[in-house]
Amino acid sequence: MAEGETESPGPKKRGPYISSVTSRSVNLMIRGVVLFFIGVFLALVLNLLQIQRNVTLFPPDVIASIFSSAWWVPPCCGTASAVIGLLYPCIDRHLGEPHKFKREWSSVMRCVAVFVGINHASAKVDFDNNIQLSLTLAALSIGLWWTFDRSRSGFGLGVGIAFLATVVTQLLVYNGVYQYTSPDFLYVRSWLPCIFFAGGITMGNIGRQLAMSSHVTPRSSGNVCSTKL
Amino acid sequence: MTLTERLREKISQAFYNHGLFCASYPIPIILFTGLCILACCYPLLKLPLPGTGPVEFTTPVKDYSPPPLTSDHKPGEPNEQPEWYVGAPVAYIQQIFVKSSVSPWHKNLLAVDVFRSPLSRAFQLVEEIRNHVLKDSSGTRSLEDVCLQVTDLLPGLRKLRNLLPEHGCLLLSPGNFWQNDRERFHADPDIIRTIHQHEPKTLQTSATLKDLLFGVPGKYSGVSLYTRKRLVSYTITLVFQHYHAKFLGSLRARLMLLHPSPNCSLRAESLVHVHFKEEIGIAELIPLVTTYIILFAYIYFSTRKIDMVKSKWGLALAAVVTVLSSLLMSVGLCTLFGLTPTLNGGEIFPYLVVVIGLENVLVLTKSVVSTPVDLEVKLRIAQGLSSESWSIMKNMATELGIVLIGYFTLVPAIQEFCLFAVVGLVSDFFLQMLFFTTVLSIDIRRMELADLNKRLPPEACLPPAKPVGRPTRFERQPTVRPSMPHTITLQPSSFRNLRLPKRLRVIYFLARTRLAQRLIMAGTVVWIGILVYTDPAGLRTYLAAQVTEQSPLGEGALAPLPVPSGVLPASHPDPAFSIFPPDASKLPENQTLPGEPPEPGGLAEGVHDSPAPEVTWGPEDEELWRKLSFRHWPTLFSYYNITLAKRYVSLLPVIPVTLRLNPREALEGRHPQDGRSAWPPPRPGQGGLWEAGPKGPGTAQAHRDLTLYKVAALGLASGIVLVLLLLCLYRVLCPRNYGQPGAGPGRRRRGELPCDDYGYAPPETEIVPLVLRGHLMDIECLASDGMLLVSCCLAGHVCVWDAQTGDCLTRIPHPGRQRRDSGVGSGLETQETWERLSDGGKGGPEEPGDSPPLRHRPRGPPPPALFGDQPDLTCLIDTNFAARPQLPEPVQPEPRYRAGRRAQDSAGYDFSRLVQRVYQEGGMAPVHTPALRPPSPGPTFPLAPEDEAGFPPEKSCPSLAWAPSADGSIWSLELQGSLIVVGRSSGRLEVWDAIEGTLRCSSEEVSSGITALVFLDKRIVAARLNGSLDFFSLETHTALSPLQFRGAPGRGSSPASPACSSSDRVACHLTHTVPCAHQKPITALKAAAGRLVTGSQDHTLRVFRLEDSCCLFTLQGHSGAITTVYIDQAPTPTPADHGAGQRRPRRGHLPVGRADRQPGQPHVRSPWGCHLPHLHHLVRHQQWPGRPHQHLGPQHGHQALLHPAGPGLWREPGCHLRQPAGDRRPGLCFLLGPELRGPVTDSLPGQEQRGPAGPPDPGAGQRCHCLQLWQRAQPGVRALCAGEAGLRVGLPHPSGWGARLATHGTWTGGVLSLGKAASDCPVLPHDCNIKSVFLNDISQGPFEPLVSSLGRALPSLTPSWCLKCSTGLDLAQLRAAPARSHMKSGQLQSWGGGQPGASSRHSLHKQVGVASQEQQRADTGHRTGLFIR
Repeated sequence: MAEGETESPGPKKRGPYISSVTSRSVNLMIRGVVLFFIGVFLALVLNLLQIQRNVTLFPPDVIASIFSSAWWVPPCCGTASAVIGLLYPCIDRHLGEPHKFKREWSSVMRCVAVFVGINHASAKVDFDNNIQLSLTLAALSIGLWWTFDRSRSGFGLGVGIAFLATVVTQLLVYNGVYQYTSPDFLYVRSWLPCIFFAGGITMGNIGRQLAMSSHVTPRSSGNVCSTKL
Repeated sequence: MTLTERLREKISQAFYNHGLFCASYPIPIILFTGLCILACCYPLLKLPLPGTGPVEFTTPVKDYSPPPLTSDHKPGEPNEQPEWYVGAPVAYIQQIFVKSSVSPWHKNLLAVDVFRSPLSRAFQLVEEIRNHVLKDSSGTRSLEDVCLQVTDLLPGLRKLRNLLPEHGCLLLSPGNFWQNDRERFHADPDIIRTIHQHEPKTLQTSATLKDLLFGVPGKYSGVSLYTRKRLVSYTITLVFQHYHAKFLGSLRARLMLLHPSPNCSLRAESLVHVHFKEEIGIAELIPLVTTYIILFAYIYFSTRKIDMVKSKWGLALAAVVTVLSSLLMSVGLCTLFGLTPTLNGGEIFPYLVVVIGLENVLVLTKSVVSTPVDLEVKLRIAQGLSSESWSIMKNMATELGIVLIGYFTLVPAIQEFCLFAVVGLVSDFFLQMLFFTTVLSIDIRRMELADLNKRLPPEACLPPAKPVGRPTRFERQPTVRPSMPHTITLQPSSFRNLRLPKRLRVIYFLARTRLAQRLIMAGTVVWIGILVYTDPAGLRTYLAAQVTEQSPLGEGALAPLPVPSGVLPASHPDPAFSIFPPDASKLPENQTLPGEPPEPGGLAEGVHDSPAPEVTWGPEDEELWRKLSFRHWPTLFSYYNITLAKRYVSLLPVIPVTLRLNPREALEGRHPQDGRSAWPPPRPGQGGLWEAGPKGPGTAQAHRDLTLYKVAALGLASGIVLVLLLLCLYRVLCPRNYGQPGAGPGRRRRGELPCDDYGYAPPETEIVPLVLRGHLMDIECLASDGMLLVSCCLAGHVCVWDAQTGDCLTRIPHPGRQRRDSGVGSGLETQETWERLSDGGKGGPEEPGDSPPLRHRPRGPPPPALFGDQPDLTCLIDTNFAARPQLPEPVQPEPRYRAGRRAQDSAGYDFSRLVQRVYQEGGMAPVHTPALRPPSPGPTFPLAPEDEAGFPPEKSCPSLAWAPSADGSIWSLELQGSLIVVGRSSGRLEVWDAIEGTLRCSSEEVSSGITALVFLDKRIVAARLNGSLDFFSLETHTALSPLQFRGAPGRGSSPASPACSSSDRVACHLTHTVPCAHQKPITALKAAAGRLVTGSQDHTLRVFRLEDSCCLFTLQGHSGAITTVYIDQAPTPTPADHGAGQRRPRRGHLPVGRADRQPGQPHVRSPWGCHLPHLHHLVRHQQWPGRPHQHLGPQHGHQALLHPAGPGLWREPGCHLRQPAGDRRPGLCFLLGPELRGPVTDSLPGQEQRGPAGPPDPGAGQRCHCLQLWQRAQPGVRALCAGEAGLRVGLPHPSGWGARLATHGTWTGGVLSLGKAASDCPVLPHDCNIKSVFLNDISQGPFEPLVSSLGRALPSLTPSWCLKCSTGLDLAQLRAAPARSHMKSGQLQSWGGGQPGASSRHSLHKQVGVASQEQQRADTGHRTGLFIR
């Protein structure tokens, strides 16, 4: 049996890393799917945070409240995050300046944690007025960008995304498709762009990291054999 | 700009000093830090434990009024009111506690009668309460006015709709089970089933419906068929919205009046306010869990980057500890200064960690690790700190700024967070600077110890038990080596554990700490405890009762176990087991109203078969609600969508109501079906069944089953764990190749001598290097045939040495470079060929070696004391240790002699320069003949006095002969017999006489430089820079028979051979020329067995036939220039190595699969499947010594690849033998070489995943440049590698190497000097970089062959280094003393073949050090003298 082990290490048993996928389209698709699920997951969790703002004690069927928002919201968020996460590295590539700042997974995790924290703050912290809330959130979002991105393209894209998403949300609200739990209209509107901005930065960060890990490895695939050893 | 720079410099300096400080006093600093942490965490003790349990606050009933909406207490004054006691409570809860019993008991009564009629009275009571109206001056006030009006139940609770009140007062009583309808109750055939039909099937802590309606814990209700006490108690719970004292008072008075309670001691004085904390539901936990998951991912990804340290996980743990303790410190400090945290700690904690971050820690580690490893630990720490100081401070300032900005948002929550973050940041910085840095220094120091143990002098080889206890000693260790370059370091066994494989270390750790034993013991104790605890007659019942007494949470979840009657006597007065204390009756008050209570004696209806239950009221009844589930009230209110989170309810004192029913009433209330039931009346005294769970025997059975299941599950789980543990232990203890001959080093105990499965223990070898000095420049070429060693330095001097004794026989200076031989100009022409002779098969036979002993012996008397017991090895082994620089002082004449001789040599050189011109006119003077015998005894020699005076005879003669040599540096050198073939950069080929130092002939064709030479059987092949090959044949007129000299009896006895006299005519003819053998310069040239293999920079190899220079093959497949070629020189073709003449060219870049296209060659792949850049040395050993090996077969080859860029020898565990299927012979086998310390991640592509490749090697961090394998007289292949660390000899025998190789294809350890035990892998320390190793296999006997090595200075070393090294040619001689010296248990018993006993070790080393230093001084002194001259 030991002999068998000796003789069969030829094909590298690698995990289902994206890096092992060399085909470009498949790679893209996998990244998109990963981003989509990350977006869905974050949407569900953050939605729950927002719900908790108004409901402090849950009825016994709490789990149902996770899906209490409209069914199409998480898929929309997932799709949006997939688009954003693919768009960021794409724009980087087109601009010819690959993002080099803090390109590592720990930084990405930190970014996600800060993003969730911003949401948490917006949901849990009681602010005196809405201006304070939105100013705080804006500062936090800018801080997020500065800490983890620091690229002009990232900033521009984030602002664009925030603007677009806010407009879309407002349209939805105007048309009655979607409602906020809180009737405070201005209140909701004030923090939405910041959250969208931070979310865009975060998803872009994740997308860039994914793209990097998938782009770097094919180049060094010649050395995969040695790295495995 | 300047300010920034200055600030930066200051910060850097401060950090540098701080790093020095930390690394100097690690233990005190860590202790201090720990004390700081503890001190800062001390205020945390005052904080309540986190939890969601309710908090109580008691106020007196008298003059109670709801607290104002705003807290009015001043901050300064102590207030007893909790902060939450603000505003009106959600509700006031009034419980009316009914105790009712049928009295006297009649034996005709059924068990149902115990509770049926008492329960029926609840309807009446509820009626009374509902109809109670207070009439006073302010008008009438009914219950409806003050009670809490509830609306609909929550939509999810439809099934409870009929049971809980809706749209009205919240009033709960057991009557709700029957919708407050007395008729329903009377029509109910089975009360207990009705009550229990809503009981949840599973265990839960939340309040059940029965608890809600009864208002008392289930076991106190007494509604059971098996109660011992025929006492039913329940409450009627009223919930008021407003506190109306008068109404409540009147209600209480009325109820007390209607149903008086005798001997009631309830004082009803206090109002209890219960505050409920925030609920944490699943939904709330989801974001929390998400943040924690993200946090852990962050920590994981961060700590994964810690690398190149001794213990990665230890450092990661230290990092996490740093962060956590900084958080704790911040909380503690904030508490100390009066900032009580109001935020939920668990929620903000992840964000705090993220804000604080692990970056600094990682950056610090990286920076420290990346400092040069040669430095002291202290300096490394300091440098690492100071290099990162600026960024650390900048980050710190940025974070503080951000946090301060956040502080000015004026949002209280954010302010609080920011405050915490600031304190946390500061304390984190504090901890990083003190704690983590110190831990890092300890870690680095441990790594230094592990890595450098080979290089340490023995007196420094203390076990690293207290690595920090004596910092000064260990700090010096990295620098120890330069000061003692000639120290042979043998390794005591105490260091071996540092080099063990990881799993062995785990095992040793387990063994040392007896961890498994303790775990098993602890497990046993826990197991016994569980058994005792869960024993029905055991502790648990007792404990449960105790807990029930004290716990405010009640017994709702914990079902007590049935207690056999024998265990606890029924008359036991223990209050734990009786609801009513026996002294209750002594209470003074007796409120019995005349006429009201039924007289117990008045009714003589039956015989009292048991004492009538006494309805008593004790203090424990006062707050029976405490025994309810703490979720009782929140559950109740949550049914109506009222949250109690962060709010409180006020519980009014209970109103006791005693109902006494006579048997007649009980009989009247009986349901027709009750009589048919077969239940016997309870027999309280002897029934023995005390059923708290009202479900009858089934429930009891269920409980018992549950316990059984628990025990069984626990047993199963622990059994599985045990089995797994054993499995793991087995896997760890027994190697995977269990049952195979090579058990690997894992089996070896510490201190045990290495011994393979065949009972072969390698002989202990002693190695004393012999240093040959005399070259003035870097040595460029080296050739040897075993007896002679020819070297050539950059200055153009060719020296011929006796390889056995180290005497310089001949010296051939370079003509054109006399003026600059001490300069560096010639060094520019360094040509990168170094010749290597493996197994000098055509060993040079001629024997000038007779002379060295002659010269040697008379001068160096045998060392008196130290080596006196070395018996008779003098013929084969140079026992004249005094001739070596390491020699201790006691060997008096030797150092002086050494120095003197070297002085002679060098002086001779100068002298030769002077006299050379004189002889040049004379041409070839015959004078050289005597001069060729420098070793000849002085007296016979005419120049003897000058010899003593530093006039070296050998110099004069060669200089004569030397004149016609053309300009051009020597690029290649070959030696055979007594002839030296020299290829020069000018293209000249010269043949010199090695002994006489005369030029025999030279080729005049000057084309381009000769890059490589092969001298084989009178045939010389020269490879030129332009890619052409020239084949020469050498003709001598007198027979040049090697055998003649082989037969020489001994070095000492034979006279100097006159055979090579100048009278012999040597001619060199060009036979063939291959003008364009390669497109580019030929870099490698090897010949064997009639074939010639050339390797060139044009990426190809060619195989030529030696006879007619016919190109046989062109080997393609490399993607880069060929750097080295190796040909097997096996005398007989092995079955596996047939084909085109047992030749297997290897090349620097191992191609994948395409390299060996020769017929019959196996398919050899590189283990990496890709190219190894800059491979520059290859060796292969052909035969495994007839050893039955399971997988490898009797014969297989070993190969080693050397790599100059990274670690010298590849020690990659993955470079296993991946032989093609069906091929029994391993294709490649890589020797493990000394590796750069830590995992090698730099300089090589794709090395990141190499992982921990085994134990740290002593001497790691040194590159290994060359390697030789040989096998001689002993089973097993020896390996020799050389590099920066010196020369190492190892014995890769099957138990280490081969077996692993064969079975796993991985390396973990044992190779070369890095082998399994220290004793068989000595290190010959060199003080310079070894470029090449020669192995002469011609010595007879069971001794190890001679090894010589070519040293060369590293350009990066310090100048003094260079000076020293560049003048020396180090010849290391490996000798074996048969079984005389042992290494046992780390004790050096015999060293250098000398005195046994460890006592001599220290002195020996010291002396060696002194000697070498002296010698160094003498050396330099001499050199200065030389320059002056």
